[in-house]
Amino acid sequence: MTVESTAARKTTRRSSGTKRTASASTSTTKKATAATASEPELVQLLTPEGERVQHPEYDIDLSAEELRGLYRDMVLTRRFDAEATALQRQGELGLWASLLGQEAAQIGSGRALRDDDYVFPTYREHGVAWCRGVDPTNLLGMFRGVNNGGWDPSTNNFHLYTIVLGSQTLHATGYAMGIAKDGADSAVLAYFGDGASSQGDVNESFVFSSVYNAPVVFFCQNNQWAISEPTEKQTRVPLYQRARGFGFPGIRVDGNDVLACLAVTRSALERARRGEGPTLIEAFTYRMAAHTTSDDPTRYRRDAEREEWEAKDPILRLKAYLENEGHADAAFFEELEAESEALGKSVREVVRAMPVPDHMAMFDNVYADGHALVDEERAQYAAYQASFEGGEAE
Amino acid sequence: MAVQKLPLAKALNESLRKALETDPKVVIMGLDVGKLGGVFRITDGLQKDFGEDRVVDTPLAESGIVGTAIGLALRGYRPVVEIQFDGFVFPAYDQIVTQLAKMRARSLGTVKMPVVIRIPYGGGIGAVEHHSESPESLFAHVAGLKVVTPANSSDAYWMLQQAIQSDDPVIFFEPKRRYWDKGEVDTEAIPGELHKARVAREGTDLTLVAYGPMVKTCLEVAAAAAEEGKSIEVVDLRSISPLDFDTIQASVEKTRRLVVVHEAPVFFGSGAEIAARITERCFYHLEAPVLRVGGYHAPYPPARLEEEYLPGLDRVLDAVDRSLAY
Repeated sequence: MTVESTAARKTTRRSSGTKRTASASTSTTKKATAATASEPELVQLLTPEGERVQHPEYDIDLSAEELRGLYRDMVLTRRFDAEATALQRQGELGLWASLLGQEAAQIGSGRALRDDDYVFPTYREHGVAWCRGVDPTNLLGMFRGVNNGGWDPSTNNFHLYTIVLGSQTLHATGYAMGIAKDGADSAVLAYFGDGASSQGDVNESFVFSSVYNAPVVFFCQNNQWAISEPTEKQTRVPLYQRARGFGFPGIRVDGNDVLACLAVTRSALERARRGEGPTLIEAFTYRMAAHTTSDDPTRYRRDAEREEWEAKDPILRLKAYLENEGHADAAFFEELEAESEALGKSVREVVRAMPVPDHMAMFDNVYADGHALVDEERAQYAAYQASFEGGEAE
Repeated sequence: MAVQKLPLAKALNESLRKALETDPKVVIMGLDVGKLGGVFRITDGLQKDFGEDRVVDTPLAESGIVGTAIGLALRGYRPVVEIQFDGFVFPAYDQIVTQLAKMRARSLGTVKMPVVIRIPYGGGIGAVEHHSESPESLFAHVAGLKVVTPANSSDAYWMLQQAIQSDDPVIFFEPKRRYWDKGEVDTEAIPGELHKARVAREGTDLTLVAYGPMVKTCLEVAAAAAEEGKSIEVVDLRSISPLDFDTIQASVEKTRRLVVVHEAPVFFGSGAEIAARITERCFYHLEAPVLRVGGYHAPYPPARLEEEYLPGLDRVLDAVDRSLAY
């Protein structure tokens, strides 16, 4: 798998170095292998083949309708994502960060939330946004270049996308501290990735949330790649194990298993509500697409690795389960396909019609209470613009 | 009686107490702000009276302090953060510049960020390195932030009240070497506008613009110059962003000469911005180029050399003489 393949690659690369370097690298590889070998199993409730398995600690009992709901969420999210990628290729978006392959991690965790809970996403949580009821086209404004965020976070308790890695984990922790101060029993779900796990802010958020026992759940989607850098460039221990050093539990879940992600996140959120503090969930998943539409993964990873993960596809395994158990019939899948098409069409239409903001808009909302310099520059710019229109200049 | 003579540090303490009393959403956060009352005792006694939930000793991580303050603000709180010393703010610089300053615009005005970041700044106390810096320009350069600094006890009390009431993030620089200077505070007065400059001493021959710790220095300069028959006007900026150019302009149109004084390095300092804008506004009034006196383009020196680095009476008087000689 990933760890083996990257370790092998490392050895090959280093074997061309001096003898001394080579011997040092051997011991490094051994250590990494030892750490890998001691990793406990991840929590899984649905195998890649779509077989339902039991876990002693985490279980979940969902109706056929709920299972179909999760499937629908994942299919529509993937469709939205594909549409956005296509829109970027057509020049309608400047950039897109695809979530392909991470649908189970996002829908499973997203569906574990209550309305009064609060989410702090990265810039790739399109599936979580879907679960929160955020209009998916709202997510595209930033990527089309018509705004830098563009929604009221309090409408769906879904914070703005955060691009600088890990910053939002501190906001999540502060928000959770506020919940605790209010005596409320809501919880916060903070997303980040394997790359951001190296950020100081993420580690500081672990410290603060632990010390204040804040009701926050950290949901790390380890998709194996931080652009071109494999997880081994970020950590020498499995990421979930870091939690122990900060004084709260960490758990690894099969990030391509929507049932396991739902069960584990729900349990962690309940724990937070009971005042028992934070949990780190590492959803072990895979970024099937490029980091963003500007990235070229052929420069740094093998096709074979992607193929291995394709066999663990989160949507296919739930489909197999639904079909095998008779939880969904052909009509359901056909209707969903039609719904999916309709979503794609509406996304295309909304994006293409998305207005370019008025050129004065850049001066808006810089401050809540106003600022003399912004007022002055706004007036200067307006006068400059008006000078082209003849007679309207001040 | 509402008028008391208080050291600047105590005025800040009283102001924080008042804020905690009047707004249950005000939360004080920082290192050692609880039992110790802060290294400068600005939060002295507040945790005892308002509890650990309102006056919060935080883990020792500045980015964490500001980052969680942003989260608390999103939840409806009004955090007042203490950064222990000027040179310690940089671990939090990313959160301040990238997150705090931009959050409102990114949310299209749906989010407000009423966060005050108090920073004791400036030199003159014989401290070790990283304890004497003046990084105000690094914050004034950032849209979305407001930057203010009081120079006396009354402003310390009222400007902090106003900063806490503001729905925008305010970087509140406290002139640490003036913490122990006493001044009158009228806690029942009607305060002036937060972002308006104040003419601290009237004069006719030259304008000195200063803020924070340098206001006192410039008042001493003006007194010394008066003995030589020179009439110096001193403007205390109070607010660096936004900056009250109107008050400076009015003064310069009268005196026709301007010297800007700050502890921060001259290069790309606030004096450069003031010189450029006042030259633009007062080109035909100026009898001399705008001069600047400040720190050098060198790391803040060891304490034994700081008197050479900081603008003092003689260096400012020298600039005054050079301006008047034009």
